[in-house]
Amino acid sequence: MTSAPHLDPALRVEALASLLTERGLIDQATIDTFVKTYEQSVGPMNGARVVAKAWTDPDYRARLLADGSAAIAELGYKGPQGEHIVVLQNTPAVHNVVVCTLCSCYPWPVLGLPPSWYKDPAYRSRVVREPRQVLREFGLELGDEVEIRVFDSSSEVRYMVLPERPAGTGNASEEDLAALVTRDAMVGVAKVTAL
Amino acid sequence: MDGIHDLGGKHGFGRVGPLTSGSPFDEPWEGTAFVIGALAARVAGGNLHAFRHAIERVPPQEYLVGYWNRWTIGAQLMMEDSGIITDEQVRARAARLSGEDVPEPPAPEPNKPQMPSGGAGNLRTVEAPPAFAVGDRVRAADVHPAGHTRLPRYVRGRTGTVTALRPGAVFPDTAAHFTGENPQHVYAVEFSSRDLWGPHTEPFRLTIDLFEPYLEPLT
Repeated sequence: MTSAPHLDPALRVEALASLLTERGLIDQATIDTFVKTYEQSVGPMNGARVVAKAWTDPDYRARLLADGSAAIAELGYKGPQGEHIVVLQNTPAVHNVVVCTLCSCYPWPVLGLPPSWYKDPAYRSRVVREPRQVLREFGLELGDEVEIRVFDSSSEVRYMVLPERPAGTGNASEEDLAALVTRDAMVGVAKVTAL
Repeated sequence: MDGIHDLGGKHGFGRVGPLTSGSPFDEPWEGTAFVIGALAARVAGGNLHAFRHAIERVPPQEYLVGYWNRWTIGAQLMMEDSGIITDEQVRARAARLSGEDVPEPPAPEPNKPQMPSGGAGNLRTVEAPPAFAVGDRVRAADVHPAGHTRLPRYVRGRTGTVTALRPGAVFPDTAAHFTGENPQHVYAVEFSSRDLWGPHTEPFRLTIDLFEPYLEPLT
């Protein structure tokens, strides 16, 4: 019964929230808490701390690549959409990039909720077919010698990319390094650059 | 189902991007939409797989309007299925919120699904030994189920190599329809781009995690 006519999505949401709230099935305080959590506490700043620690602590990097979820949980990051996180290490020779062609699966505990481009049909349809061209459109030009590996998140496994540490950051603190790490680099559509 | 959601390899959607940063919500209603969807499975007595399947059943023209639109309609569909709410109720309330004086239909009779849960989350122990091992060549089944599946069309019938065993997990194809958790082994399977898209494609490898019933041994 939802095929037609189109209802403005903001109005549909308001109507649903109103109906569910008056029956006690949801409440405004819960809505506010969820929104605040995913706007402020659960986002790419968590993944950035994981990456910075992996860059500065070889033992941690080894644990992260062996068992992503456990090493990520060491920093306190766990929760929905993070039951089994596999970390993919980018190197000068191999560039990993992550997608979910069937919906929008994404490692929430480390990256938060996905950005629009990750959920859009253009990215989901094309990155499994012409990843080098897609990365080029995002502004990432990879040399022909770099092997591209694409990961389609089709089960409950979630992927996070461990980007390469940029040159010229030898003396940077873990905190300064974390500030360089972007969400896009942890999905694999960008590299981390020094400021 | 062979729905609009199964986007891997489709042509015609144009350029990607732009890359953005900041809040995951561009407008306040999107945050509310997120929470309604996040709580819909609990409200409807459903599960994550049923929610994904509900989003797949959103009509294509609505699916393509945008992410939070399809997310919200999917949440509503799941609640309609469980007798929590009707589309007539939602439309009447929307009309009243817009200032129209329309009567509001009654709430439906709840009809929540009943499916035993094996616990929190989706990772499960599978009693049977795995059918495949790392290094095995496997073929993705060439099947076209009308219900929920996590076997996308672009790998069906294609041959790849098992590169890792993942933790066992609830089988989406049955859990989405409340016919059981039916836990299965999950395998990372790697395909060559040429085996997916033909000889003139970019060279790359693609890994996708596939549930054991999706795979056939190569004989």
